[in-house]
Amino acid sequence: MIEFWVVLTGLLVGITCGIAGVFLILRKMSMIADAISHTVLFGIVMAFIITQTLNGFWMLVGAAIAGILTAYLVQLLHSSGIQEDAAIGVVFTSLFAAGVLLITLFAGNVHLDVEHVLMGEIAFVPWDRWTLFAVTMPKAVWMLLLVLLINIAFLLLFFKEMKLATFDPVYAASIGIPVVFLHYGFMTSISFTTVAAFDSVGAILVVAMLIGPSATAYLFSKTIKQMFIFSMLFGAAASIVGYYLAKYWDTSIAGMMAATVGLLFVVTLCSQKIIEHRRKTLVSKLENM
Amino acid sequence: MNALTVENLSVAYDKKTVLDNANVTVPIGRLSAIIGPNGAGKSTFLKAILNQLPNKVGKVEILGEIFEPKNLVVGYVPQRNAVDWDFPTNALDIVLMGRYGHTGLFKRPSKQDKLLAQQALASVGMQDFAERSIGQLSGGQQQRVFLARALAQNADVYFLDEPFAGVDAATEKTIIDILKNLKAQGKSIFVVHHDLQTVKEYFDYTILLNKTILASGATEEVFTPQQLQKTYGGRLFMMQGM
Amino acid sequence: MLSGNLLWVLVGTMLLGIAAGITGTFSFLQKQSLVGDAAAHAALPGIALAFLLTGQKELPILMIGAAITSALSVYCIQWIVSFSKMKADAAIGLVLTVFFGIGVVFLTIVNRSPIGNQSGLNNFIFGKAATMTKSDLLWLFLSATIIILVSLLLYKEWKLLIFDAVYAKGIGLPIEALKATLTVLIVMTIVTGIQAVGVILMSALLIIPAASAKLWTNKLSSMLILSAAIGGISGITGTFISAIRTGLSTGPIIVLVASTIFFVSYFISPAGQINKFRRKMQFRKQGDVR
Repeated sequence: MIEFWVVLTGLLVGITCGIAGVFLILRKMSMIADAISHTVLFGIVMAFIITQTLNGFWMLVGAAIAGILTAYLVQLLHSSGIQEDAAIGVVFTSLFAAGVLLITLFAGNVHLDVEHVLMGEIAFVPWDRWTLFAVTMPKAVWMLLLVLLINIAFLLLFFKEMKLATFDPVYAASIGIPVVFLHYGFMTSISFTTVAAFDSVGAILVVAMLIGPSATAYLFSKTIKQMFIFSMLFGAAASIVGYYLAKYWDTSIAGMMAATVGLLFVVTLCSQKIIEHRRKTLVSKLENM
Repeated sequence: MNALTVENLSVAYDKKTVLDNANVTVPIGRLSAIIGPNGAGKSTFLKAILNQLPNKVGKVEILGEIFEPKNLVVGYVPQRNAVDWDFPTNALDIVLMGRYGHTGLFKRPSKQDKLLAQQALASVGMQDFAERSIGQLSGGQQQRVFLARALAQNADVYFLDEPFAGVDAATEKTIIDILKNLKAQGKSIFVVHHDLQTVKEYFDYTILLNKTILASGATEEVFTPQQLQKTYGGRLFMMQGM
Repeated sequence: MLSGNLLWVLVGTMLLGIAAGITGTFSFLQKQSLVGDAAAHAALPGIALAFLLTGQKELPILMIGAAITSALSVYCIQWIVSFSKMKADAAIGLVLTVFFGIGVVFLTIVNRSPIGNQSGLNNFIFGKAATMTKSDLLWLFLSATIIILVSLLLYKEWKLLIFDAVYAKGIGLPIEALKATLTVLIVMTIVTGIQAVGVILMSALLIIPAASAKLWTNKLSSMLILSAAIGGISGITGTFISAIRTGLSTGPIIVLVASTIFFVSYFISPAGQINKFRRKMQFRKQGDVR
């Protein structure tokens, strides 16, 4: 049963991040997600300092605010003439450093250590449970289900607007699509995803799950729908394979999941290259005949 | 009523004033060329009209009203290289985007929308490429898809940013035929244009732009060596002998 | 309070800040700042692997491991961008997290092994300048000095490379070799700094001083001097604060000092927000008058 919850959590992380990652890749915002995954720490610590509890709800709120703040600050610095990569670098390292410092100053005695936030401990997931509507499930599973629902709802409501605003924002604005609202709405859903997943796989490895599966799907997908399907499949596969590899070598589950994500990408890219190469040699052979 | 009225329009990017006190009025039903040297602020002029720039002062009216995106009267065709053509979708889907404004929030495009998109695609001669990935289209084909999207929107005023840049001769012919056809329907079209050789042949109205509007009016009146000298300065060697 | 060791540590982090300020400026101008971030995270698997393979925690050995995986990550990013339709940001993010994930995998194995328990490898995540020994510092001095000297030697060539690569190629400069040297120096800076600042925040030392200097000047020579100065000041101030309040990691404080300098510059520098706001108001007024 314990193993079941751990695998289920991993699966949910893979699927939720797989869905959220598609537009992240298409909007070329991978590094902003990376920045957010670092700065949620700041939000969580602030939530703790203000409320003095480790209540999941307030942490979700704090992290979401920190995520939006990150997206906003990056946008602000970028629009005032600082090149985007540097803007991202300045914002996330500053907020992350502030988060780490605040933990050492104010939250040293509580169960809120930095390494846990960074690397997560999916193996502990089954022990922390919530009961809701007479159903008892691990807290992480509840949170992930909630965020998965939010992400799906956002996509169902705004799919075509997101598609247009991503492909051609200037045209989108010229026909009245709320481009700015969509940008921050999407950033909020990324922050939610990061918070829900950070407890189990850790903030930094969330990014592997956000970027990796959808990047792999992006290599060969012809439509966005296809990209969504493969992204979810890759996310789920990486989490399951990663889990059993980690169990086999008795090492970090989250780390192994990220490594599997990388492996999936490399295998896909290489096989794509090989197929292309074969096709080319075949064509040139036919031409020579 | 005029298609476009611009009064005292100025735009600044940080320290530099890119557009300084531009004034122009263009009547309805003209096919206008916007002409000027590189860096004269042509794209900026279009974006300022579409209200896409924060640091802008002055008044812009389209068909006698302040521009309001939701009215869908303006069909904008950006520069082809302004978007990422690796985006995973096909040609028909891009054209269908022209219907999104009519479809409205939360709703999916209807059968009618899809039909209109297919017609628009056919009118630019691309009906056989509907299912083709946009990344596999040639430059000219991509430009046709962009025009088809604006056609599917069924606007009254069209703004095209360099639609002839890097396209083949057949595409250029198709595009200009469509634009002339739109004009015949009473629509107003504005085209940022580079090739001075074709201005007289394509356009009946000309706007000369370099940091500000230097001249505007019927092509035969405005498109003169003196005016062009004023717009391009000494750089106008290719015009000699015209 | 200024014990002998602290003085040396202060000099060490100052040199590190200067070195990072210089190489950071070049990578900033090449828009490669986030590649540096990925390379810094990618040092982690190298450190853990070097320890696992040799069983030693001598700094030079760990540094070689870190340098190898760090350089490999930069190479991977370039390979992905040139051989697939992936954009640079996704390639950087993917490589960064995958390498860091592999690092965590190895680090967990190290921490579970009996010898690894006291290896102190975890300090590489956030950095702990105070725990540096004399011989650690010797390595830091040596490596920072090499970085600074090589950067000054290649100043003219890199300047050309950044501002006019086509021309540089035209006059016969070995473009690829120059780019590679820059990458090597950035990796070296990262490897030098991770013990003091940690892998996660090392990129801040490369990015923030350069970004702050850019707000004050557009001239490369003054930008380098300013960036080096900001890096040095951040290093020395941060280390000093963390030394008088024991228990604080050095990395975050150095970064916060640097980012304070950045945000102050962001508002008051000639290209800063206050001036910009004034110009904007002026522009609005002119528009109204006409």
